[in-house]
Amino acid sequence: MNDSQPALAASRNPSGAALEPRTRRRGRRTSATRVIAFLLLTLWALVSLFPLYWVFVTALSPPSVVMSTPPRLIPDPPTLVNFVRLFGRSQIFGWLANSAIVSVTVALSNILLGTMAGYVLAKKRFPGASIAFWIVILTMMIPGQATLVPMYLLVNKLGWLDSLRAVIVPDLVIAFSIFLMKQYLTSFPTEMIEAAKLDGAGELRILLQVVMPVAKPGIAVLGIFTFVDYWNGFFWPLLVLSSSENLTIQVGLSTLRFQFTTDFGLWNAGAVFAMIPVFIVFFSFQRYFLRGITIGAIKG
Amino acid sequence: MVSSMAETWRRHREAYLLLALPLAIIVIFRVLTVGGAFWISVVRYGPRGAPFVGLANYAATLQDDLFWRSMFNTLYYSVGVVPLGIAVSLGLSQLIFNLGRRTQMFYKAAFYLPMVVSGVVMSLVWLWMFDPVYGLLNWLFQQVGLEPLLWLRSPKTAMPSLILMAVATGQGASIVLLTASMGSIPDPLYESARVDGANGWHEFRHITVPLLRPTILYLLIMGTIGSFQVFNSIYVMTSGGPYHATETAVYLLYTYAFQMLNFSRASAIGVILAVILALVSALQYRFVARGSVEY
Repeated sequence: MNDSQPALAASRNPSGAALEPRTRRRGRRTSATRVIAFLLLTLWALVSLFPLYWVFVTALSPPSVVMSTPPRLIPDPPTLVNFVRLFGRSQIFGWLANSAIVSVTVALSNILLGTMAGYVLAKKRFPGASIAFWIVILTMMIPGQATLVPMYLLVNKLGWLDSLRAVIVPDLVIAFSIFLMKQYLTSFPTEMIEAAKLDGAGELRILLQVVMPVAKPGIAVLGIFTFVDYWNGFFWPLLVLSSSENLTIQVGLSTLRFQFTTDFGLWNAGAVFAMIPVFIVFFSFQRYFLRGITIGAIKG
Repeated sequence: MVSSMAETWRRHREAYLLLALPLAIIVIFRVLTVGGAFWISVVRYGPRGAPFVGLANYAATLQDDLFWRSMFNTLYYSVGVVPLGIAVSLGLSQLIFNLGRRTQMFYKAAFYLPMVVSGVVMSLVWLWMFDPVYGLLNWLFQQVGLEPLLWLRSPKTAMPSLILMAVATGQGASIVLLTASMGSIPDPLYESARVDGANGWHEFRHITVPLLRPTILYLLIMGTIGSFQVFNSIYVMTSGGPYHATETAVYLLYTYAFQMLNFSRASAIGVILAVILALVSALQYRFVARGSVEY
C-alpha cells in the first residue's frame, strides 16, 4: 500500500468514490457557460477567502484606520502596532505554547494508542474482541454535549480543573482514532505480520517496526486532522481552563473579545497567531487533507 | 473455568495488553460518563448531596419556555445551514468537476482553507465584518444602494447572519466529497442520456443528483449533527442574544451548567438533545436512503 493507492477511501467511501480528481467533460460547453462557471467559482472563492485576508489586513492596519470609512482593503500604512499592543496586554505566547502542548500530545498519543487498539481489533481474534469494537462504535455516536456535565464533574473530582491535563488526558485516544486505524489496517497484509512473528518479533515490535511504517499514509491523516482539531478546539478548554496563563490560544482569543470589546485590530492580531500553525500544516500536507476528508467519510 | 480463563489469557495476552490502555481511557471517559449523564439528570445534584428526583428535571425542562425557544432556534439554524449548504456545494461541485485537474485542485484548496481555521477566529473576523457602524458588509451595502442592516444586533437578522457565515465558509469538505463521488458515476449513463436528447440540466437533475444520493445523505446527517451542536459562533458573537434570538440548545445547556450551576437541568437537556439527534439521523436515513438508485 503506497501513497498513490488510496485503497481505503475508495473502498469505504459511501459511494465508492475515487480520490484523485478525474476530469471528464460532460455536456456541451459553450465558451459563455465556461466563463460563467469560472466567474461563479471565483466569486465563491473570494467569499471564502476574503475573511481570512481581512484578518491580516486588520491586524496590520493602525487602529485609527481600522475604525474609519471607507474601509481600506490593504494595510495603509502597514504597522505592527497591534502586535505590540497584543504582546503587552495578553499572554499570547503562553496561550500558543499551551495549544502546542495540547495538540501535539493529543495527536501523537492518538496515533500511538489508536494504532495499537486498531491493530488488535483488525488483526487479532480473541474472546471479547467484538464487545471492544462495539464499545468503540457506540461511544463514537454519542454527541459530546450529552456527557459534558459528567465529564466536567469527573475532571473536577480528579483535581484537574484549570490544568492542561483536563484537556489532554480524556482525549489521549478517542474512539474515532481507533475506528479509523482499525478500518485502515484491515487490509494490511497478514503475511507480513506472520513473517515477522516467525523471525521471533513480539507484538509490540511488530506494531512499531512492521505495521506503523507501512501504515504511514493513514497515520499521517489521523495525526494531521487530530492536530488541527485540537489546535482549534474551543468548547471543552473553555469549560475546564480558567487562569489566563493556562488558556489555550482559542480560549485566550475569546477573552480578548470580551475584554477589549471593539478593539478589532487587537483581536485580529491574535487571530493571525492562531491561524499561522494550521496554515503551515495545511499547505505542507494539502494532499493529505483532500484525501483525509474522503477517508473520514467512513465515519458515517 | 479458572483454568480456561488462564488459558485464554495465556494465548491472547499480547492482544489484551495492547488493547488495555486505549480501551481503559475510552471506558473511563466516554462510557462511564454516559451513565453519569443519566444519573445526574435524575437527581438534584448539589454541593450537599444528590437526592433522587425521578424525571423532575426533564419535566422542568419541557415546561421551560426558554428550552422550546432554544429548540426552535436550533432547528432554524440547522434548516438554514444544512440544505442551503448542500445546494451550494452541489452547484459548485458540478462547476468544478468539468475543469482541468490543476484548476480543480486550486478551487478545492481555496474552498477548503477556511475549514482549517478555528471557529473562534472565523467568529471574530465575521463579528467585525458584521459591525453595523464600521463593518465591511454595511459599507458594501451602501455602495450598492441597500439599506444598512443591524446584522447580529437585531433579533430579526441575528440568526440569518450566523447562517450566512456558516454557509459562506463551510462548504470545503462537502465539495471535496461530492466531486470525488461524481468521478465514480459511469460515463455511459451520460452518453446515453445525451443520445436521448437530454441537456445539461436534465443530466444534473436526473443522473448526477440521484446517483449522489448516498453522499448527499451522508452530508445531510453529518451536517445536521454538527449544526445541532453549534456553540462557538454563538458564544463569541452573540452570547445567545439579542433577546434570546440565537440561544441554541447547546448554548442553553452551557448557561444552565456553567452560569447557573444547575448541573442536573443541563444534563437533562444534554440527554434530550442526544435522543433528538439519534431520532433525526434515523429519520433522515429512512427518508433519503429509501429509493437509493443502484448502478
